[in-house]
Amino acid sequence: MEYFIQQLINGLTLGSIYGLIAIGYTMVYGIIGMINFAHGDIFMLGGFAGLIVYLLIMTVFGGAPIAVALLCMLIVAMVTTSLWNWSIERVAYRPLRGSFRLAPLITAIGVSIALSNFIQVTQGPRNKPIPQMVNSVYTIQGISISLKQIVIVVITVALLAAFWYIVEKTPLGRAQRATEQDRKMAALLGIDVDRTISITFVMGAALAAVAGTMFLMYYGVIVFTDGFVPGVKAFTAAVLGGIGSLPGAVIGGLLIGLIESLWSAYFTIAYKDVATFAILAFVLIFKPSGLLGRPEVEKV
Amino acid sequence: MATVTNPSTVSAGSLTAKALREATFTAVMTFFMFVLFIGLKTDQNMRNELILVPRWGLLATFVAIAFFGRFAMVAWLQPWRAASKAAKDAAPADTSDAGFVKRNFSKLAILALVLYPPIILWLFGAQGSLKYIDNFGIQILIYVMLAWGLNIVVGLAGLLDLGYVAFYAVGAYSYALLSINFGFSFWILLPLAGILSAFWGIILGFPVLRLKGDYLAIVTLAFGEIIRLVLINWQDVTQGTFGISGIPKITLFGIPFDASPHGFAKIFHLPMSSAYYKVFLFYLILLLCLLTAFVTIRLRRLPIGRAWEALREDEIACRSLGINTVTTKLTAFAIGAMFGGFAGSFFAARQGFVSPESFVFLESAVILSIVVLGGMGSLTGIAIAAIAMVGGTELLREMDFLKAVFGPDFTPELYRMLIFGLAMIIMMLVRPRGFVGSREPTAFLFERKSVSGSFTKEGHG
Repeated sequence: MEYFIQQLINGLTLGSIYGLIAIGYTMVYGIIGMINFAHGDIFMLGGFAGLIVYLLIMTVFGGAPIAVALLCMLIVAMVTTSLWNWSIERVAYRPLRGSFRLAPLITAIGVSIALSNFIQVTQGPRNKPIPQMVNSVYTIQGISISLKQIVIVVITVALLAAFWYIVEKTPLGRAQRATEQDRKMAALLGIDVDRTISITFVMGAALAAVAGTMFLMYYGVIVFTDGFVPGVKAFTAAVLGGIGSLPGAVIGGLLIGLIESLWSAYFTIAYKDVATFAILAFVLIFKPSGLLGRPEVEKV
Repeated sequence: MATVTNPSTVSAGSLTAKALREATFTAVMTFFMFVLFIGLKTDQNMRNELILVPRWGLLATFVAIAFFGRFAMVAWLQPWRAASKAAKDAAPADTSDAGFVKRNFSKLAILALVLYPPIILWLFGAQGSLKYIDNFGIQILIYVMLAWGLNIVVGLAGLLDLGYVAFYAVGAYSYALLSINFGFSFWILLPLAGILSAFWGIILGFPVLRLKGDYLAIVTLAFGEIIRLVLINWQDVTQGTFGISGIPKITLFGIPFDASPHGFAKIFHLPMSSAYYKVFLFYLILLLCLLTAFVTIRLRRLPIGRAWEALREDEIACRSLGINTVTTKLTAFAIGAMFGGFAGSFFAARQGFVSPESFVFLESAVILSIVVLGGMGSLTGIAIAAIAMVGGTELLREMDFLKAVFGPDFTPELYRMLIFGLAMIIMMLVRPRGFVGSREPTAFLFERKSVSGSFTKEGHG
């Protein structure tokens, strides 16, 4: 039982990270119907930004309180990746909007290849390990919870609340939902569609940056190829939860995290990614609209 | 920002001001985007700790390039392009007949490919030619074949497949395992690998029949990854990440290409050289490519090919007309997979070594991008795209003179995939419809009229 609860906690932590990335996928897919293949690499970019800021703090400023350091890492990573995603959308996706469906998908794959290789070229191909940033562990009745797990879950919950508020309660969120429903009508009603889409990309990138920084903090290591597998898993999470749905993405992320950690704990660790991909295939085959998504109606 | 300005209404002064403004903006953006990643480099010191190495000079270069690049684009390139577009619109449409080269392009291309090895041998000698025949010839032709195989699924039937490399892997591993464990020859295993891959195509195709578009793409991606992960983890059979080595070479109907008394060189009284095997492989893959092209062209004229194209254009109309979409989709998957399997077994025989490393998602992405860049459905366009993308990146390996420009530490190979990714983006932005965007319809009333790219569909899934 204790072992099970332990795995549950590990799964929730992992799931929070997937959930944060998944929101970026689901928002972009919801608003322009495009799988942003490069999103996983944006996540990786965020992790690297966090890494470099961490090293800056350690070497140039000679260290800082852990909360301050983490906050700096998060903010700088969010800003940097937001700029990147904004520029990418501007350069690679916007000119192809309204072109045929495969065109943005191909450029997104190109962006993904270019981004990971950009980091390989500029930062080197090796693993980048950092020392443990947060290392206190609390033990309650034989179940150990580390402080970094708590930090990850708390930051995730806080960000989700903030984003839920933005999407549901602010004029910006209203514009986003309107654009999602009917882009042309939204434009006719005076919504700046281009700007709304740009902001969606920026929001997705900011969350991915947070996920990347926390991934770095949790595992203590990052490498330029780290974008792909978490990216595909987060996409699985978005699909599982129902693409286009914000709470769905989070629930999907948590489920994927749980499945992965429970599968590794009780079956074999070797096939944990196979399990995730198999779930993706099964969900899409039997319930393509996901858990919370609206079924797609085909109009003739 | 990127609004098209009409040069006649904008005076030169305000254009320069606008260009300056945008260039400054771009430079500032570039600075903040690159300050962490280019301005600082994470490196390991003697104690294996990460340290930061500043590279402010490089960062300044990037910002300067961004500034002047954007300035030139806004101030000169955009007005020039707007002017040339206006001139082009004003000129009458070019209605002259296509020239001799254009009419007989495919025949000339095949002739050139057949003559390619002898000319290279003659120019560079037996040793010097290896690089050109192997890296440029065989490598490109493998991708041409894979892209033509995928073209059946994506270009003709309009089913977006992101896991095509799985069938390539099935073909490669079928040949590797069966030839090592049972000693079958390539000529038996080539069709067998194709059949096995086709079988897998049907297995994977069956559950995804209901899916469309992006969802189909993602499920095929998942299947591709599953196959790769199984190859990594099923170590008893596949030896995991170590891969399988010592795969037997192909023989020319029983004549091996080695130094033995029964070898090719001895029988034909030629000096021993590894070039013969490469030339033989070149002609073999060329034949396989031509077979793929031939089958594709013939299939397009059969009812099944027309059903594929109908499926691509409109699935509902297709079903209303009584076409069985299940068998139509499955045959597309199976036949596409079969050619992937052929290419895979050839790849295994050529390398003598297979490992899961060769079958990553990136390969699927490369093949798909070749198909899309080629113009989806056009065999010529796809071949040109394969030459441009694969040949272009291979060419980068050869650019040693760049070392003289960027210093001795510069390794062009490192930049290969970065440039590949950027090329994918740029080519897609310049020609979103691919190199050959127009299509010749296979079924027509009275007269075959070419359909312009903007009227063709790419399928719903």
